[in-house]
Amino acid sequence: MTAIPATKAAVLPKLQRDWLPVLLVPIVAIVAFPLIGNFSGWLTLTVAGLAMGMMIFIMASGLTLVFGLMDVLNFGHGVFISIGAFAVTLVVVPLATMVQADSVLANVAVLLLCAVVAMTLTGALGWAFERAIVRPVYGQHLKQILVTMGGMIVAEQLIHVIWGADPISVPPPEAFRGSVLIGDAAIERYRILAVAVGLAVFVAMLLVLNRTKIGLLIRAGVENGEMVEALGYRIRQLFVGVFVAGSALAGLGGVMWAFYRQTLTPGMGMEVMVLIFIVIIIGGLGSVGGCFLGSLLVALVANYTGFLAPKVALGSNILLMVLILMWRPQGLYPVAKR
Amino acid sequence: MLTSLLSGDFPRSRALTAILLAIFALLALAPFLFPGTQPLNVAAKICYFIVLVASYDLLLGYTGIVSFAHTMFFGIGGYGVGLALYSWGADWGAVAAGVVIALVLSIVLSLVIGLVSLRVRTIFFAMITLAVASAFLILASQLSNLTGGEDGRSFSVPALLRPSFRLFEGQVFGVAVTGRIIVYYLVFLVSLALFLTMIRIVNSPFGRVLQAIRENTFRAEAIGYRTVVYRTIANCLGAGMATMAGALMALWLRYIGPETSLSFSIMIDILLMVVIGGMGTMYGAAIGATIFILAQNYLQSLMGLASKSLEGLPLLPKLLHPDRWLLWLGVLFILSVYFFPTGIVGRLRRN
Repeated sequence: MTAIPATKAAVLPKLQRDWLPVLLVPIVAIVAFPLIGNFSGWLTLTVAGLAMGMMIFIMASGLTLVFGLMDVLNFGHGVFISIGAFAVTLVVVPLATMVQADSVLANVAVLLLCAVVAMTLTGALGWAFERAIVRPVYGQHLKQILVTMGGMIVAEQLIHVIWGADPISVPPPEAFRGSVLIGDAAIERYRILAVAVGLAVFVAMLLVLNRTKIGLLIRAGVENGEMVEALGYRIRQLFVGVFVAGSALAGLGGVMWAFYRQTLTPGMGMEVMVLIFIVIIIGGLGSVGGCFLGSLLVALVANYTGFLAPKVALGSNILLMVLILMWRPQGLYPVAKR
Repeated sequence: MLTSLLSGDFPRSRALTAILLAIFALLALAPFLFPGTQPLNVAAKICYFIVLVASYDLLLGYTGIVSFAHTMFFGIGGYGVGLALYSWGADWGAVAAGVVIALVLSIVLSLVIGLVSLRVRTIFFAMITLAVASAFLILASQLSNLTGGEDGRSFSVPALLRPSFRLFEGQVFGVAVTGRIIVYYLVFLVSLALFLTMIRIVNSPFGRVLQAIRENTFRAEAIGYRTVVYRTIANCLGAGMATMAGALMALWLRYIGPETSLSFSIMIDILLMVVIGGMGTMYGAAIGATIFILAQNYLQSLMGLASKSLEGLPLLPKLLHPDRWLLWLGVLFILSVYFFPTGIVGRLRRN
């Protein structure tokens, strides 16, 4: 009896992991080090880049999953980011004393509450958006792009209607203001928090995708949706679930982004959409791991070049995308069927 | 005569013919019918936007390519003429040089983008053009030595086109023929010529192949057409036309800056105009541009009145606030995509 599992393990070949893209991130960081010269500057830039990358990842991950599963690219994704950011005001304004309170516990509670409110709101909106806007145009790319753009325009205008046109300022909770010194390097506390949240989201996503049945179905759906349907699972419902989760993640990203930028404008989501598109193209459309690495790469490269050669920094993302696509035309981790 | 002018592509609907004739007549006689700066500005804007929107329709409606880089080419045209006039003095040579440089730059750029990314699917192309266009926007606002940055550049136009110029003493129908009116007619006539050229292009055998590619790329390829080549040519043509529209805009405004030519909101405006007017018909572009720009300039005051009259009610006045006109056009846009994909023109033709 005991011999059977052993032989089984021997027969199944171990899944080949593709580590090359993973190495890119440390390589970029190490190459940048001698160029920057001093350690503290490098550390500050690296942490800033990582924080930025994590936030982009939170915002982009939902989009790439939705695309992978159902071949739907939501150009209106940015609006969920904006709405998540504006949802912060629903919490921060009535609880202003807790935001300014000198206790870490109260601050964390406010932040959590922001996240919960924003994710609930954007999740619900995502559900409505899927029903009203995306569902009628499954499988028609041209219409999908047009109609999700339209949804974005309308939703952005509705933000104007509800929250007014003036920029709103949202300072982060007291405990996450200012910076800590590590050696000579000053590192903003909020950036450390962003890295932590991003890592937590990434690990949670990996666990859900790799260790649960839902995750198995999602991965199978990305690989071959028809087969999953043939086996009797309702892939449409799965998709709605992923869409809602993706929107909620965009909302969470919006919260993080709001406290990072500290001013809210209705167009803020659309502004990061360009970065997000670059990230998911680099990562390989539909791949969560690729999306994670893509986010980190884009943000690190943007930060380093911004410091070393500010004029080049503008084109650095495009340049990075071109280089990666020349190396791997389908992105870092190509998803099988596409 | 008319057949060859319109390339045999008639409006095919009485109402549509009437609307198009009305637009044509109003634009042709605008300086005399509505004297004043504001109406003439609106009329000129309609003229060059018709070209811009029609050139976008060439891509979106006829070939089925979604590009978000169209404002980039529009901006290149504007900056080409604007910067040439700004740095080489206000003469016609500078205008010509600016147009030629801008056209070459646009076509080379669209060729590169096309060859790199038109092989891939619609969505990929849309995302890549979005990224390139946003990089270009940042570039234009950062190279402030050349482009004047966020503030843009004001420049003077050749003497013939200046407001102070008088073609002759006296007035025509009570309106003095100033350089301003001459620019207007220059914009109007060039726009008309470009529009007719595009009608010619889409009704040529080449245009039919583009439509075949839109309907079924795979089949078009199987019949033996090199779809990548055709799409790339369409992309370059669209870019060239957009560049011309940008050049006209620069001549009219005597100013060029990122907000008026490159911003993403203009891209959204173009998209709304094409879809509301009717994808896949050049006339749709004309109608869409006219309606949209009229709405942009006059709907707001109407909405202001409505908003005022509803004061006191919850939410409604805010929804009807003059600044929210885009909300209603957005709703109209979504409804058009679902219910009348061929827009106003398709609707009129069916009746």
